[in-house]
Amino acid sequence: MKKILEKLERLDRRIIFIFIFLAIIVPLLLPMNLDFSVTAPVQSFYDAIEDLPPESKVLVSCDYDPGSMPELFPMNLAVFHHLLSRGHKVIVMQLWATGTLLVERAMSEVLEDFPDKKYGEDWVNLGFKEGREVVMVSMGTNIPKTFPTDSRGTKVEDIPIMQGVKNFDDIALLMNISGGLPGTKEWVLQVQSRYHVKLGSGCTAVVAPEFYPYIQSGQLVGLLGGMKGAAEYEKLLQRPGTAQRGMDAQSVSHIIVFLFILIGNIAYFSVKSKKKKLKVSR
Amino acid sequence: MWETIGIWLGAFLTLCIFSFLYKDNPFYKLAEHLFVGISAGYWATLEYHNVFRPNLWDPLTQEGRLLLLVPFAFGILLFSRFTKKFSWLSRWPMALIIGIYAGITIVGYGSGDLILQIQANLLPLWTDNWLTSLNNILLTVGVITGLIYFFFSKEHKGAFGGVAKIGIWFLMISFGASFGYTVMSRMSLLIGRVYFLLGTWLHLLE
Repeated sequence: MKKILEKLERLDRRIIFIFIFLAIIVPLLLPMNLDFSVTAPVQSFYDAIEDLPPESKVLVSCDYDPGSMPELFPMNLAVFHHLLSRGHKVIVMQLWATGTLLVERAMSEVLEDFPDKKYGEDWVNLGFKEGREVVMVSMGTNIPKTFPTDSRGTKVEDIPIMQGVKNFDDIALLMNISGGLPGTKEWVLQVQSRYHVKLGSGCTAVVAPEFYPYIQSGQLVGLLGGMKGAAEYEKLLQRPGTAQRGMDAQSVSHIIVFLFILIGNIAYFSVKSKKKKLKVSR
Repeated sequence: MWETIGIWLGAFLTLCIFSFLYKDNPFYKLAEHLFVGISAGYWATLEYHNVFRPNLWDPLTQEGRLLLLVPFAFGILLFSRFTKKFSWLSRWPMALIIGIYAGITIVGYGSGDLILQIQANLLPLWTDNWLTSLNNILLTVGVITGLIYFFFSKEHKGAFGGVAKIGIWFLMISFGASFGYTVMSRMSLLIGRVYFLLGTWLHLLE
């Protein structure tokens, strides 16, 4: 027993990697369709869009890169789909340079379900703007001045969807898909607290705990935290996507991590107490 | 055709990076160096087309907005750091950048984090709903004991030390929750890659 515990304490990390890989590959190949519930922050995120009057102008800032795609791309797809299905006008922008291509890809996938939606009338991509918080603050004064043209080079004053949009007063809801900095925290601090615009966030799971206080204080209307948040949102929309598909793998891999933590601790404390006893007996 | 090449290249590079899990090797190094080189090139091009040209060069040359020569000069001064003799000149644009950034963030943190969060923590401890009351009490105790833990002007002994210890427990629970979320995030990234390998590359998923 002692030998086994000592071996477990010095377990080669590559064995853990193999278990984790299997915990992810097997559920993807053989789905178990484990059920999960919808949490309050996701429900309120969904409700914030549902409660908007038709043809509301919604600004979606997609601030992420390919590195956080597995978590954020499914929620980006779901947000675009939800907004267009409710007949809202979607104004897209990016504060991360690498987000531009992802946004175009997400929108082109979603538009397959909405062939009648037109660029410039139902949605527009203002593109990427360097400047982080300065861009946010500048938009509070004048959006067309901050983004004089869209991503295709068309002047903002010539785009129908942008008519009547001067600053955040003309935006019914702001949605941020956030992969880090600048992201949700900056939108809360620089825009929500100054201009009191309704703000919802979809973020990576790593930063999600940091944003829960903003829900409690009412600074965020809703929060999608990581792949789990995206899966819950897909469930509400009744539109299964890659996030929902990944939840089985997520659950099984978590069980494996939990078991390894448990075994590691048992081995550590057992070996430690045995060493202590040996010391006392000497 | 090009899409297929892209998928195969993506799969190869993913496997190269995963090979590091076994041990460091030339395949991993190849993928790592490719990533660094391509990223640097991509960023340089992007900054030129998205920042330099629309914000400075085009308005300066096409619209004749000569006032932009001032920020341009400040930008050039940043490069003076490369020479020992003139490196002090770079402090001017740095001072401008730090000043503007500090001004913007201080206002944001003051109004968005400090005041609103304090306001949000002033909660009634007794309400009609016992669950809400319990939540509010837990939150208030957590905030007070956490703050006491970070009060170092008095030694953590006796009753004060006991309260600080409760603060540590609250902190530990929050670290645990953060760690749980981090594990979830990392697993999601791995799921994304495995999904790509099994689905997009090998077509094993429906």
